[in-house]
Parts: sequence; C-alpha cells; structure tokens
Amino acid sequence: MMALRELSSLEKSLGLKNPNKYCTQGDKKVPVLHSNNGPSLVGLVTIATHLVQEAKRPELLGGSAEHKALVQQWLEYRLTKVDGCHKDDIKTILKDLNSYLEDKVYLAGNQFTLADTLMYYGIHHIIVDLAIQEKEKHMNVTRWFDHVQHYTGVRHHLPPVVVLRNRVYTSGHH
Amino acid sequence: MKLFVSDGNPHCVKVLAVLEFTGVKCDVKHVNHEERVVPYLSRPALPALLLPSGTHLFSPNSICQYLIELNGQESSDIVNQWLEWEATELQPAVMHALHMVVLQGKGAETPRVLQGPLSYLDQSLSQRTTLFLTAEMVSVADVVLWAALYPILSDSSLVSGNQTLQLWFERVGMLAACVSAAQTVLQGKGLKAESLKTYLQRQPTTHHGQGQVQGRGTQPCNSPEGDDDDCVLSEEEIQSAAVTWGKGLTDLPMVPERQHPILPQEGKRNVLVTSALPYVNNVPHLGNIIGCVLSADVFARYGRLRGWNVLYVCGTDEYGTATENKAREEGLTAQQICDKYHAVHASIYQWFQVDFDFFGRTTTKKQTEIAQNIFWRLHERGFLLEDIVEQLRCEACQRFLADRFVEGTCPFCSYPEARGDQCDKCGKLINAVELREPTCKVCSQTPVVQSSKHLFLDLPKLEAELEQWLERSTGSGDWTANAKQITRSWVRDGLKPRCITRDLKWGTPVPHPDFSDKVFYVWFDAPIGYLSITANYTDQWEKWWKNPQQVELYNFMAKDNVPFHSVVFPCSLLGAQDNYTLVNHLVATEYLNYEDTKFSKSRGVGVFGDMAKDTGIPSDVWRFYLLYLRPEGQDSAFSWVDMATKNNSELLNNLGNFINRAGMFVSKFFESCVPAMALQQEDKRLLAQVGWELKQYINLMDRVKIRDALKCILNISRHGNQYIQVNEPWKKIKGDETDRQRSGTVTGVSVNVACLLSVMLQPYMPTVSHTIRQQLNAPPSVTGTLLQGTGNFVCSLPAGHHIGTVSPLFQKLESEQIESLKKRFGGQQPKTTAQPDVNAQPATTPASDPAAQTAVNGADAERARELTLAVAEQAEKVRTLKGQKAEKTVIGAEVTKLLELKKQLSLAEGKDPEPVLTKGKKNAQPATTPASDPAAQTAVNGADAERARELTLAVAEQVTWGGNKCNELGIRGETMEV
Repeated sequence: MMALRELSSLEKSLGLKNPNKYCTQGDKKVPVLHSNNGPSLVGLVTIATHLVQEAKRPELLGGSAEHKALVQQWLEYRLTKVDGCHKDDIKTILKDLNSYLEDKVYLAGNQFTLADTLMYYGIHHIIVDLAIQEKEKHMNVTRWFDHVQHYTGVRHHLPPVVVLRNRVYTSGHH
Repeated sequence: MKLFVSDGNPHCVKVLAVLEFTGVKCDVKHVNHEERVVPYLSRPALPALLLPSGTHLFSPNSICQYLIELNGQESSDIVNQWLEWEATELQPAVMHALHMVVLQGKGAETPRVLQGPLSYLDQSLSQRTTLFLTAEMVSVADVVLWAALYPILSDSSLVSGNQTLQLWFERVGMLAACVSAAQTVLQGKGLKAESLKTYLQRQPTTHHGQGQVQGRGTQPCNSPEGDDDDCVLSEEEIQSAAVTWGKGLTDLPMVPERQHPILPQEGKRNVLVTSALPYVNNVPHLGNIIGCVLSADVFARYGRLRGWNVLYVCGTDEYGTATENKAREEGLTAQQICDKYHAVHASIYQWFQVDFDFFGRTTTKKQTEIAQNIFWRLHERGFLLEDIVEQLRCEACQRFLADRFVEGTCPFCSYPEARGDQCDKCGKLINAVELREPTCKVCSQTPVVQSSKHLFLDLPKLEAELEQWLERSTGSGDWTANAKQITRSWVRDGLKPRCITRDLKWGTPVPHPDFSDKVFYVWFDAPIGYLSITANYTDQWEKWWKNPQQVELYNFMAKDNVPFHSVVFPCSLLGAQDNYTLVNHLVATEYLNYEDTKFSKSRGVGVFGDMAKDTGIPSDVWRFYLLYLRPEGQDSAFSWVDMATKNNSELLNNLGNFINRAGMFVSKFFESCVPAMALQQEDKRLLAQVGWELKQYINLMDRVKIRDALKCILNISRHGNQYIQVNEPWKKIKGDETDRQRSGTVTGVSVNVACLLSVMLQPYMPTVSHTIRQQLNAPPSVTGTLLQGTGNFVCSLPAGHHIGTVSPLFQKLESEQIESLKKRFGGQQPKTTAQPDVNAQPATTPASDPAAQTAVNGADAERARELTLAVAEQAEKVRTLKGQKAEKTVIGAEVTKLLELKKQLSLAEGKDPEPVLTKGKKNAQPATTPASDPAAQTAVNGADAERARELTLAVAEQVTWGGNKCNELGIRGETMEV
C-alpha cells in the first residue's frame, strides 16, 4: 500500500484538488490509475509522471533533455534497485548515491524534481534505520535527504528523520 | 557525447538500436564488461552514456529516452508505462531466463519464468488496433521491448503461442536499426552468442521473487563496520558512576593558589618540569614550540590540576658562536642581542599562553657560579682529562670554527651536508676534524687544522655509574620509546671522553687558569641552565635540584636533544657527586613537518612563533591543533587544510557545539538555572561512559601521552552530542510533565558534562576552559576536584545552580582564509619589490656578451681563479666597512660589486648563478637575494647572460636598499638548522 500513500502524498504536494482513485494489480501491488478520459495507467513512476503533467509542473520532470533523462533514470533506479532491495544491497545503494550526490544538490543537479520526491519516499525506510555514524558516513545522502524532507510539501505520510548538522564522528580515527 | 557498450551485453542491443533508429550522432566505444565507466557506481554498469555535461547515464532505458528526446520526440504516458514495465517486470524475468538457458542449460524451464510477462504483452498487443505498442509508428517502447526480448524470442524453440507478440516481434525486428544492433552485440546469433555467455557468467545471479538483477551483496565491504564502542560497560560500572556523580563537590579538597616561590613540600608529589632551552637568536617555529615548551606546559598545567606541587622552568640558551656572529651582523654586543631575542621568545610563549613559573636565561651570574662549581667538582674528582685537540680554523674568517660553522661529508655515512657536530642523516656525533672535505659555512673556504689544549669529561670513567642509573630511571620513569632507544644506542656504542671547552669568547668562562681564554662548550653549559634559571627564581633552588628523594624531574625536548639529557648531562651531575636531581621522565617528541616538508626560515616555509598571532587564529586554536598533531611516537605534519578541518569538525561542530547546546538549553528552557535531575539508566550509562573516558584521560596524561589524552576529551563531547540528539530535550520541554522532567534531566546532565570538559580542557586550551567555566558560572573548586585520584565525574553544577551568559566558543575557519594563509606561509617566492622595475626594463639584445656566453657554456678555470680572489678581496672590504659602521649607501655599493663578482665567478665556473644566490643566504653577507627572480632565471636558462646579469643586479640592488629584512632572513636561515 506504500505506493498508494506515496501517490496521495504526491497529489497533495502538487496541489491537485481532486484526489484520484487508485487500485493495485498483481502480487507486487503495482498501482493502477483509472481515469475517465483515457486508458488506465499502470506503474508508480508512470502515474507520478502523469500527475506532474496534470498539475502543470513540467519542470519537476526536468528542464532539458539531459535533465529529463536523469529524472527518468533515478525514478527507474528507485523502482528497480531501492524497492524491495536485499539487506546486503543497502550498502551499495547508499555508497553509490553518496558518491553521485557529492557534487549535486538534487538528483538531477540543481533543480528539485520528481526523482527527489520518489527517491525520498522510497529510501526513507533505509535512512530511518541508519545509526548516526552511518548517516555521517554517507554525508551527501544524508544532506540530500534532509534537504528533501524539508522541501515544502514533500514529507506528508512519513515521519521526519533527525539529521545532525554537525558531525559526531570524524572519519580520521574510527 | 560518448556511448560505452560491451559485447554480449543484451542491454546494449537497446541503446544501439535506438541510437541508429534516431540517427543521433554519438561516439560508440566498446569496452570490457568489467570496465567501471560510471565513476559514481561501485559496480561496472554498461551501457553508459557520457552526457555533454559530464554526467553519466547508466540506465539503458533512460539512455534510449534521452536519444529519442534529442530527436525531438516527446515521450507519452503510454510509452513511459511500457518502459516502466520493461524495467520492473520484463527485464528481471528475461535475465532470469537467460541465466537458466545459457548458463544452466535449463531451457525447458524458461516458459515458467517468462510466461507471465509474455502473455501480458501478448494480450496488450491483441487489445490494440495499432501496428505497434503505442501507435501506428514504431516508438522507443517498441525498440526497447524488442531488444529486451531479442535473445529469447530469436530462438523459436523457447516460445510457443503468443501469436500477436510473435508478429509484433518480427515487425520490429525488421527495422534496420534492430538488425544491426543485434549483429553488433550478439553477432546476430541471439542466445547462441558466445559473448552473451561470457557476459552472463560475469553477472551476479538473479534474485528470485523480486527477480531483480542484482548482486547478493557479495561485494566486499571496504570499510568494516567495526564496532568502535571503546568500552563495554558493566552494570556495576554504571551504578558506581551514578554513586560518584551523587557525591558532588563538597567533600573533595581544593587546589591551593600558586604561591611563589614554589618549593618541594613534604608529603606532596613534587614535580619539576623543564623544557629544552630554546636557542636565543632563533625565532622558534611551530615544531620547536610543540616539541618542548608547549608540551611541557600542558603537562605542568595538568599536574597543577591534579594537585601536584609543580615547578615549570625554562629559559633561553644564549651563549655560543651563533650569538656572537649575529651580534656582529646587527652591530650590537652579544649581550644586547640576547636581551633583544630573549624578549622575542618571552613574548611568543606568552602569546601561546605557556605558563612558566619562571622563564629565565643562561647568561647570568648564577650560571657562571653553578657551572664553575660543577666544573671544579668534576676536576677535583678526576673526571676531567686534558688533551690536545686538532681544531678547524678558517684563515679567511680569522677564527676557530665552531662545529656548527663547518659542513662536510659525514665520515660514517658519506652524507654530503653533515654538520660539524652531528650528521643529520645517520645521527652520529662527529668531531669536526673528522669531516671529509670540510668547508667554512661562512665563507665556503676550506679551513685548516690547528692544535689547541682542551678539557674533556671522562665519560668512560662514569659509564658504569651511568648505566646503573639509567636502568633505574628508565625502569621506573616514563621515558618515551625514542628516548630509551636513542640512549641505548649511545651507551651500546661505548662512551668516549667529550670535550667541554671551546675557543670562544661568548660563553661561561672556564675558571681553570690554564684555560683562561676558553669557555665551556655549550652542551656542558646549557643544561646547567636549568639549575641556574631555577637559582634565579629562588635562592632555595637546591631544594629542587639537589633533592632526588623528594623531587621527580620531567625533561621535555625534541628527540635530537636526547643524548645530552640522558647521557652527557647526567654524567656531569653524577661525576660532580653532589646529590643532584637526575631526570626521572625523559619525554621526547619526534619531528613536526610543515605540509610534508621541513620548516625552513631561509626558504620562508612554515609558521614561526612570531607569525602565528598574525594569522588571526586564536592562540587556543593553535595550541589545540599543535597538540592534536603532537609528534608523539612518530613524525607528524602541519597542514593548513587539516587545521581548518580539525577546527571546524572537532572544535566547532563537536566540542563547541556540545558545550554550547548544553548551556543554551539551561538558559533558554530553564531560565539559566540547572534543572532537577532524576537519573534513568540511560543517563547513568552516559555518566559511566564519560567517567571511563575521564579515567583514560588521567591514565594517559599521567604517562605524558598528551595527544592521546586529547582524544578522550573529544570522545566525551561526542558521547554528549549523541546523548542530546537521542533524548531531544528541546522537544521534550514542550511535552507533558514527565517529558519536561526528562528534558530537565538531560539538560542538567549535559551541562555537567560540559563543566567537566572545561576542566579537562584547561591544560590544552586555557582561555576556552576559563570562558566555559565563566559561562557556566562554575564553582572554583571544580578544577581541583574532578581530576583527583583516578578521576571523579561528580555533579558539580547541582539543581538550582545559576549559570552565566552562554555564547559560542569557536569560529569557523573558512577555506578562503586557509588558502590565503597557506599561500602566505608556503615559501613560494618571497615578494621582491624589484619585480615590476625589472619587468619594465627593456629587453636587451640576446647574446650581447659573447664572453659571458662562453663562460656559461664551458667552465673557464683561469678566469674562475681570478674571480675567486676578487670575491674574497671584495668580501673583506665589505666586512671592514661594516666593522667601521660605514654609511649604508657606501656598504650597499660595495655589496653590489661583491654580488656582481660572485655572479661572474659562478658563470665562469659554468654554474647557473641561482645556486650561488641561494648560497648567499647562508652567508654572513648582508645583501642576499631571496629566491631569485623568475625573469632572471629564464634569462639565464635562455643563455642570455647579459640580461641575466642586469636583472640579478637590479634585484640585488633592491634587496640591499631593502635594509635589514634580508639580514634577518639570512641569519635566521642559518640558525634554523641547529
């Protein structure tokens, strides 16, 4: 049911007045959006992308071709790598994201996009379980995460995660 | 834009097909499967597209979408939906199936894996009226799905049914782009391609269920998550920490005020601390400061906090040739030089807050008295020998050369720049006459050997007694490992008589009538400075220095000083047989480097004591960082960037943040009044953790592990930060009564930890420590109480205690600030004011001086000999003029001539003039050039000798008129190396 809650949070943050009706299909509970004026849409990213367009916020899908591709890439990453990830994969995910985010504010660069929102939803359960030390080890992810959770209207159904502004541990002697 | 693909990788079929389909121009590079193209991913990911911005795309579908987008096609909901389905549903199934077929040969089982997605696709296609997935035209979705299915569907044996799907597959497969992509990647062989097998073999096996193509976490973890909880606390420890806490300050003794003169007291631990005496005309650099005075200061401060009866003495070592020489340079008497530089030293140490009980000097009457007394006692007891010494004398300079004024090749290890007394390379002591190819460091002439009668301390006669004493002292005291090791190697090599007299004037006179024109050799004399300085502090100095029963002596120094403190000086005192206090704890540091090079005054590299305060960085921060890197056990290096990092991470974010938060909570939430504390298990655990770190701190400090003990302080504030973070007192204060109480407890405990930290910090950062105590309005007795015994973390700020005004303790060091400091002290080319003028000079025609040209190319021996004489003559002239205190302009002109001659000489010798200029710095000559002007350098390299000469002259002139600055540079550069 997580995906449905995400979509409903996303609707709110996009300021969509009339909440859509969703159902799910298959074992994996893939969300389905039934709409009156066209075929149903299947899949979290597809629906989310559709909602963004409906809300007339195309900038959330990336401004240039390059940004659009980056947004799509990280949306896909969220679905294929983060969702249902094995415990052993968490380290890799955090490590990779951390090095990717080293010189970026958001996933697609300097602009906040849908990729940030969905990645935030998807990775929340991982971050929430991190020890302070692990958060510090993945400082860029933590910084990005804190950024996104404070981004206006994003954090709806999820509890905030406390992020220390200062480092408790330093890498040097641990 | 560049597309990276690998053969046999089915994902690459997609991107190549779409690339050709769109006709976008892009380099395609074939790489290995293992190649890590995407820098931010820890595993190889192919295909990958390097975007114009420098970012990489690693998702095949996103690469396809991007290429399509470049081609001007927008993707629609329906396309997105298929791509999402492909990535989440189809792809895992396909990879699973490929794995089974190609690697496991289980072709029969593939339908089970693929059935779901394939029927779904088949049905979707059947329901549509269009030729392709989304429209009548091929879209990116068709190509992507086709490519995903290509290896499987190209083998008809694997699929049956799904008619519509088959038709669609064939339709899309007819596209030229698809054909050629399949050919490129899988050689058109589909499943049977060898390259596909190779590819699959290298892929981690698929996860079942979710069916994701991912590793099973076989990736070795680079940083083992070692549990760095430094202590495991038992229940008893936690309870006992709570009991200690409850004791409060009341029944513990206070540290009495210091009253001078401090004298040993019965029943107290009487600790005499000395720091190696800094040589007077050498402005100390950071390495000197951390090596002795600062380290000793931290220990002395700590001892006072522990309630020991501590006396810390130090002073400037003032006798010797270098002083004489400097005096001549500055036209002052030796005594005036000493007065001047003694004040410089004193003010530097004062800025660094080095809290000496007495900072004296060696040029005093007491020094003469005590040194002569020791001398006579040694003489009477037959520990002195007379011998004729062959000594080096420089005829050009008209004097015997002190060891430090001779350089040559080491007789032991052939190091070419060995000093007259010791080799920097192998560390062996050298008799100056044993040096091979000796040169006078002042004039570079070869000195001659002359005989003179001298006195020797008969070390071999004292050896047995020394060894006995060493065994006792090193066995019971805290000698650093390097001190023990250096001493051991000295004694093992066997001791030889050591000369204690010198043919100099500026020194303690030898009282023996046969040696009336001689003074004591500095290493006989200087350590006696400890005694005479104490004697200048109090007439009752003997209570410290002739009282080994009551007094414990700590000597702090850098490792090069060890033999004199562990062998030579103890022998003098043992031989004098006057119940002298000998060193119990010899604490030697290794060397501190500067940004991985040596401190060098002459090259302008490094920070010197007098410059530290000009950086705008507070003295406490300097102390902190130097102590944080104290070369304890191994060399360490000062680095600006690291200094900023440590300041910002450790001081600002860790320590300062914790103390500030604790104080702010009290003042903001509890009206500056420490709230009541009802300890829960969690609080007690923190008390135990902090108590444990406090014990470590005391343990380490008692053994003079100054650097390690500092880590305990930082660990405590780390624990504190975590404690606050977990308990969130700022939130609980807004809650119900229980929450508010909890908030109070956490705040109260935290502010008490802050108070403890202020005491532990005192030896390291006295000002900050004092500021914290002021802010917390801490009772004066805390300083004495908390560090007694093995440490008592008591509640020193009880409920109801009012604190003062809390404010931040540290400031961030910005990277720009650090960069500019780094530049300023980096030793890159000291500014030459001459530079603009030089550049403004019209370029002279190249090769205008054929003579010089020849000289440059081939060494002209005859001319060189002539010039050598001329240089010597001119040098003498300059010296005479200076001696007569002639006018600056006159001297300047002569110096210019001298420089010109020297340059001609070096040209004649076929050398680049540059080394001569550098050498000039070591020279006692007034006019020396700081690193030569780059323009001049280029000119020389370009064989434009004439221009070079002009430029060098211009520089030289400027420097001459620059006045004393250069003087200082030259001299300090020389004394630095001692």
